[in-house]
Amino acid sequence: MIEKIIGVAAYILLAPLVGGLLDGLDRKISARMQGRVGPPLLQPFYDVRKLFAKQIVGVINSSQAAMLYSYLLLMVFSGCIFFAGNDILMSVFVLSTASLFLYFTAVITGSPYNSIAASRELIQIMTYEPAVILACVGFYMASGTFNVSGIIHSDMVMITRLPGFFIAFVFILTIKMRKSPFDVSTSHHAHQELVKGVTTEMGARNLAIYTIAEWYEVVYLLGFVALFVINQQWWSFVLAAIVILAVYFLEILIDNSAARVKYGAMLKWTWAMTLLAAGVNLLILMLIR
Amino acid sequence: MAKVKKSPWLLHYDGSSCNGCDIETLACLTPVYDAERFGVVNTGDPLQADIFLITGGINTQNRSVVEQLYQQMPRPKVVVAVGTCACTGGIFKDCYNILGGADKVIPVDIYVPGCAARPQAIIDGIIQAVDLFQKRSDEHEQKKKGAANGGHH
Repeated sequence: MIEKIIGVAAYILLAPLVGGLLDGLDRKISARMQGRVGPPLLQPFYDVRKLFAKQIVGVINSSQAAMLYSYLLLMVFSGCIFFAGNDILMSVFVLSTASLFLYFTAVITGSPYNSIAASRELIQIMTYEPAVILACVGFYMASGTFNVSGIIHSDMVMITRLPGFFIAFVFILTIKMRKSPFDVSTSHHAHQELVKGVTTEMGARNLAIYTIAEWYEVVYLLGFVALFVINQQWWSFVLAAIVILAVYFLEILIDNSAARVKYGAMLKWTWAMTLLAAGVNLLILMLIR
Repeated sequence: MAKVKKSPWLLHYDGSSCNGCDIETLACLTPVYDAERFGVVNTGDPLQADIFLITGGINTQNRSVVEQLYQQMPRPKVVVAVGTCACTGGIFKDCYNILGGADKVIPVDIYVPGCAARPQAIIDGIIQAVDLFQKRSDEHEQKKKGAANGGHH
């Protein structure tokens, strides 16, 4: 019980800091890859601090703020379910509900950039949901439980049984973290109107809330990746840290080398990858039971 | 006092120019000059921008656009006119459609001359704009605190 409380408290308090640092690391590494010096590591925190100091200008700011606060709350709630060691499938469903509120945020403004981006956001959700839910199913088949605490207390490293699910999940991380080539609804880096998508009509405090919610999401996603590796031994935590950093670096590398694709291509490639990697893994798991 | 100067976000708009200053402005974001070291981000969204970087002159068509962009930006904001065309109308000043520099429509704070303005000069102008941005932000906070205290009395 005390572990659950510690897990939840650590997530609520530390996830924004970790997420912001990862964001700064992302910008620094991307800059170095491009031959530049790059901003300081704490730049995302400076950005959020500045955003809170800006005047609020907007047509329906209070409705947008209400949707964004709901998005943030549900995101935090989803992460809390996960880090408390509870049902992983439930946390994925709460995450989907959170994404729905992001869709609402974009739709209520009436701006054409937001409307297009909102449709694209729905298509994105449809694209990555199968891989995420299949990953949960894979965990159940390998460990016999949907509970995160049960999964990490097993005696084997999950990824040996679930390599296909891991590959599919890392593939959709590009979509979830809003990186090229799959940043169709909004992009992680600064861009012009249509590419900015759902965040085009967000300014000042709303954009700060959105950024912090994204930090919570990144920590949750990387925790999910770590779940493929962590078991009861102490060395699995070290291995998990290495795997998380390697996956994050891979995402930055893909982001810097690939150009954005049309949403149709994103959908086809992702579903093909999900079917091939996660689907085959699922078949194998079902056959060897 | 929030230290906002560490995160200045730019909005770049080109009025009626030859695009030379635009290319030099974009060059500021490339490896040799790298304005992102200062936290500068070229955002295309006026709602998210702090510094309005305007190149090129004002003509009868883009006059209302520039006004609208300036009004869409939230306070505190700074305007930087880059290049001679944005400062005074430059080489196109005598054309029938050119009204003049950016200060014909919006209040300009920093003038960066040059034809085309060099990236070093543009970055120098941005740094000065960033200091002005911090100053305006502090004044804005002071005013808000003053209004809150005044309301309580």
